[in-house]
Amino acid sequence: MSAVIEPTTSWFLILSAVLFAVGMVGVMVRRNPLVMFMCIELMLNAVNLSFVTFARARADVGGQTAVFFVLVVAAAEVTVGLGIIVSIMRRRTEATADDLSVLKG
Amino acid sequence: MELFVFVAAALMALVGSVGVVMRNNPVHAAMSLVLTLFGVAVLFVQQGAHFLAAVQIIVYAGAIVVLFLFVIMLLGVDRAENLRIEPLAGQRAVAGAAGAAMVGLLTAAVLTSESAVLEDGKGLSATTLDSPDANIRQLAESIFGDNVFAFEITSVLLLVAVVGTVILARRLPKQPEAAA
Repeated sequence: MSAVIEPTTSWFLILSAVLFAVGMVGVMVRRNPLVMFMCIELMLNAVNLSFVTFARARADVGGQTAVFFVLVVAAAEVTVGLGIIVSIMRRRTEATADDLSVLKG
Repeated sequence: MELFVFVAAALMALVGSVGVVMRNNPVHAAMSLVLTLFGVAVLFVQQGAHFLAAVQIIVYAGAIVVLFLFVIMLLGVDRAENLRIEPLAGQRAVAGAAGAAMVGLLTAAVLTSESAVLEDGKGLSATTLDSPDANIRQLAESIFGDNVFAFEITSVLLLVAVVGTVILARRLPKQPEAAA
């Protein structure tokens, strides 16, 4: 039997890079503000994954502490972001990110 | 076994993330996001972050995605949008190229600095059957010890977010016209 392949630190980091890039493409491509917001959550999750990976690689719990704070900030961000989206969409239900250019002064 | 868990969880996360970007119905995109979050939670468990995996499921998959679905249903935007139309010509090609460049750049950075990650921390205490709370205990010592100030400031952040949202989303009562 061949030696058992174990996933190394690099595997996790590359996976997190791919997840981040998918989220990034989503923010650039999608028009629906809600879906763009979900893509931002995707990018936050990719970063969380790399934080946890580094916590294990460096044997330092600080990485996991950082993820904890990222989770709190993400929750606050979602609250405010959805509040803004609700107040915009209440006025124009078909609003996309393009329509928000009317906010220009 | 480790490899199997990694591949399965990575596939979950990747399929979900592609789903968020490609599904044309916002509700389906939110469901794909749940799949990604579960996949990442499995990877957290695999790397010994048991508490964060639980919080990920409860806060993200439980609270945040439900909030998303709630807003989608409240606003009635759960209609499929036509993704065939590309309002800005060439936007998708540029976005795809930028995404591929990002993956390439980060992968190159990871592979070239593989040996630079030093194991210089104080050590992670592993959760075992004998000490089921080892991970939570260590994380708590870090949050309430070294990072207690940041933790306290977090409460201010949450308070500001809540007050701001209430002000943003509230319909102002009609001011009675000042009678001349």
